[in-house]
Amino acid sequence: MEMADAIVKAACALGAGLSMGLGAIGPGIGEGNVVGKALEGMARQPEMSGTLRSTMILGVAMCESTGIYSLVIALLLLFVF
Amino acid sequence: MSPDSDGTWERGEFQNGMNGPKILWTIPVFGGVTITETTLTSWIAMAIIMIAAWFLSRNLSVDKPSKRQIVLEKIIGMLYGMVEGTMGKHNLHFAPYIGALFASSIVGTLLGMTNILRPATADLNTTLAWALATTALTWFFSIKNSGFLAWLKSFAEPVAVMTPMNIISEIANPISMSFRHFGNIAGGLVMTTLLYQALAALSAFVLQWIPVKLINTIPIFQLGIPAFLSIYFDLFSGFVQALVISMLTMVYVGGANPPKEESAENT
Repeated sequence: MEMADAIVKAACALGAGLSMGLGAIGPGIGEGNVVGKALEGMARQPEMSGTLRSTMILGVAMCESTGIYSLVIALLLLFVF
Repeated sequence: MSPDSDGTWERGEFQNGMNGPKILWTIPVFGGVTITETTLTSWIAMAIIMIAAWFLSRNLSVDKPSKRQIVLEKIIGMLYGMVEGTMGKHNLHFAPYIGALFASSIVGTLLGMTNILRPATADLNTTLAWALATTALTWFFSIKNSGFLAWLKSFAEPVAVMTPMNIISEIANPISMSFRHFGNIAGGLVMTTLLYQALAALSAFVLQWIPVKLINTIPIFQLGIPAFLSIYFDLFSGFVQALVISMLTMVYVGGANPPKEESAENT
């Protein structure tokens, strides 16, 4: 392998790791917020817990999407280049 | 798929989850139509949905409903209730489309659990097609309800400086919808493949003291442990993503097609 190719490969691997690792911070904090607030609501009004739970799962899936984008970018970096 | 003669798994050997869908056949019309694994899985999913729909809707009766009919009525009632709650009563004719979207998403994902077929939704083409259909419906109803010029004007809505932002957000909508679903399923596939590789390496490492070749090549840790990950990545994630893509479709299309009296009030 030539030096330039090797540098590109190394940069791709580093970039994939960085993108996944840094991209996981935001969704982690966001999902923690969502679940925490939903639990607060459930503890305050247990009769609403069914609605709150389904809305919470939907919201968590939404929050997750930024992390998923960084996962897609990491996969692109690893397998396309 | 089996380990090499020295009992180890070569890199790239157990990687069918890592690569994109393979091209299975090429039909020699129109310059070669390719049939990929995704196409095969989608067609099998469609066949399963059609057979299920046919089977569930046999021998319906008002007086003596069978158990099958009660299941069917429960499913249809849930679907129509969800569509009515999210989109409003005037959009109830969208319920079959939403149901078809949900069913093809979840069956296409769950077919990946057979480990023979690749999930149909782990391919950007599938999810992008659904997201583009949603965008097309949204634009169609926006233009139909407010007129073409008013629709164009709505891009410069708060102030004219916001026009590029609005155009970018409109383009980003289908991309974000499709990448969310695709990334979840494809990421789960990659994770499961990595776990299988790691478990194979672990069992090869642990069992290497056994001198009998037949015994120490059995990847014993692959038994049972991946099932727990599969429950999350295939069952839960597949269900949630199917729910999310149909919910987003309902929200976008329902937002573009508000009730008649409300739109008459606003204008």
